Amino acid sequence: MRFRNPEKRKTDFREVSLGLTQRQAVEEAGRCLQCKKPRCVAGCPVEIDIPQFISFVKEKDYPGGLKKIREFNMLPAICGRVCPQETQCQGKCILGKKSGPVSIGAIERFVADYAAASGQIELPDMKSPNSHKVAVIGSGPAGLTVAADLAKWGYDITVFEALHEPGGVLTYGIPEFRLPKKIIQREIEFVKNLGVKIRLNFLIGRTQTVEELFDEGYKAIFIGVGAGSPKFMGIPGENLNNVYFASEFLTRVNLMKAHKFPVYDTPVKKAKNVAVIGGGNVAMDSARTALRLGAERVFIVYRRTEKEMPSRHEEVENAKEEGIEFCFLSNPKEILGDEKGRVQALKCDRMALGEPDESGRRRPKRTGEDFILDVEQVIMAIGQTSNPILVRSIKRLKLWGEGYIKIDRDGRTNLKGIFAGGDISTGAATVISAMGAGKRAARAIDDFIMGKKGVSTRETGGGLSKG
Amino acid sequence: MFKILEKESISPLVDSMTVDAPYIAGHAKAGNFVVLRLHEKGERIPLTIADADREKGTITLLFQKVGKTTEELGMLKPGNAVRDIAGPLGHATPIKKYGHCVLVGGGIGSATLYPILRALKEKHNRITVILGARTINLIVWENKFREYANELMITTDDGSSGRKGLVTEALKDVIEKKRVALVIAVGPIRMMQAVSELTKPYSVKTLVSLNPIMVEGTGMCGACRVNIAGKTRFACVEGPEFDGHEVDFQELASRLNFYREEEAQSLQQFRRKCKRKGGKGSLRPGTRGSC
Repeated sequence: MRFRNPEKRKTDFREVSLGLTQRQAVEEAGRCLQCKKPRCVAGCPVEIDIPQFISFVKEKDYPGGLKKIREFNMLPAICGRVCPQETQCQGKCILGKKSGPVSIGAIERFVADYAAASGQIELPDMKSPNSHKVAVIGSGPAGLTVAADLAKWGYDITVFEALHEPGGVLTYGIPEFRLPKKIIQREIEFVKNLGVKIRLNFLIGRTQTVEELFDEGYKAIFIGVGAGSPKFMGIPGENLNNVYFASEFLTRVNLMKAHKFPVYDTPVKKAKNVAVIGGGNVAMDSARTALRLGAERVFIVYRRTEKEMPSRHEEVENAKEEGIEFCFLSNPKEILGDEKGRVQALKCDRMALGEPDESGRRRPKRTGEDFILDVEQVIMAIGQTSNPILVRSIKRLKLWGEGYIKIDRDGRTNLKGIFAGGDISTGAATVISAMGAGKRAARAIDDFIMGKKGVSTRETGGGLSKG
Repeated sequence: MFKILEKESISPLVDSMTVDAPYIAGHAKAGNFVVLRLHEKGERIPLTIADADREKGTITLLFQKVGKTTEELGMLKPGNAVRDIAGPLGHATPIKKYGHCVLVGGGIGSATLYPILRALKEKHNRITVILGARTINLIVWENKFREYANELMITTDDGSSGRKGLVTEALKDVIEKKRVALVIAVGPIRMMQAVSELTKPYSVKTLVSLNPIMVEGTGMCGACRVNIAGKTRFACVEGPEFDGHEVDFQELASRLNFYREEEAQSLQQFRRKCKRKGGKGSLRPGTRGSC
């Protein structure tokens, strides 16, 4: 895959990865062994028939390849860019050990971008309308998947979105340089072309209740509101000025375009030295955004080592190339402020790895040493949890943990006609696992409305694998 | 798009605006707010729902023109539209029979109190309203308050209306003379802090409605976090009302001031642009450059 020059790209918000050329895509597709029992498919949460779509690319039939992907996945240009392929399809590729796995994600992206550039929009086979109304709450990856699948099967779908733009985490969370907004718009446009309606500025639980939706004739409701509420560490100094939760920092830039202030009205504070706490994709996104806003030094502060980082591998590499500095085995314990209540430094414990914990990763423990990082801005990217607004508004809905919705493997909640999936039922995970959950829920909703209770009648079952 | 149906100038700095928003009107309760964005390039700002009419499907917003967005909002006219309004947000004020309630409003904060006043009145509470402002021009909706309040007191810093002095002085008189069950104070931070400090020794339950900076307003970003009894809480979903005796007002004030430079820059730029264009001209609904 081609990437833009790090020195140049770190000064702007344009996309970092340039994708494959046509020649590269065909060449890469040619490497696929077309396994009889493809392990890559098992590694894909939405079970795309990967060898088949690749065989189209090999024959230079790109629209054919895209059509094949879209049988399984309505958002290929997005997944090609943000999926953690190294732990999913590509992680399972038989060529992995010998010559490196086939770059499935890059080929997927190429196919989607090629079709978009040529302006061809080929709609999938649609069933005739059945006039059953289904409400989808949240327009992120889970919601869009449910909406697209059900629309294909003839349902009348309305998606309700709380914010002023659709896309959920794709829009407010993932930066432009990793997932350009025009790509999201294009994929959402495709979903709308299937007949899906999207209502913005509409908070179910507030603007209207779930009961009212049923009263209005919706036969089923899917909840895909994500896990958007930031977690915090509870260390002293967290409320100092210039301490941002990653969600606020990224929302200001991605959704509100604060990097273009004052042309856009929302500001964001720029700092010379920035510490980002966390080791996931959100931490990488925050660090690289801070760099693009003009920071001179950006530190990723992570309590374990590089090996345990949950971030997508490519993003860590990109961050390193761009000059992001990593402080591993470092656990923040206090944010120090000046007399004006602004961040002055970050105090961290030095850690060492101990015994493995429940996640299988070795648990970091204090060494007794600490150190101070001189920074004027701290961004907390230690995870998100469920947002209580909608969940609390539904009486008797069964929850688990910190307010996540309890579902069965097909997305059924304990309440009749209410389904859920994605981060609001699993806790923060990946775009593709939310889409996988959306696919299963769409089948369960179809079965529920058509009276086919119990076992799914459609051929694919869908595993619960997470990326 | 949310169409503006009526627009009224309450004072040189304060406007009221009635907007077509049937779903929000149908669910709004006293104490709720909305988040509004004027146009494609606009910021999201919270505004209290000062009134809601279920039958007509309208909500009324009161705002003081203190920054770029509110100044631009003030230039819109009936027939224009606001691009985005989301709500109703925040917890509603707990409404029940308390006994004697005192509602203390400072400046534009009074707008928040009006629906609370009506709701409390419906539950047969005895209500004293104290409205305070720097000067007479900033006292809003005096007559509307008079309609429901058992007693209305006005205080101004300059004595241009009512009693000269601060709301706390008037409040102190009430608390000392009568048994007050609940005080609700809405206004500038210093005023809410002063009210809370005054009522604490009397052990009078005091609610304050906080106005921290918000970005998305639905519990996702944490911009609006406030320190309540040593704990971080999000004003947008867990507030905006909190027990005044537990609020860290100093932290709130410091966080509110954090973007002061940017706010000034934004307002200046907007005013310059307005001047170049020769003042208030025709507007296209929901588009930028409303002057």
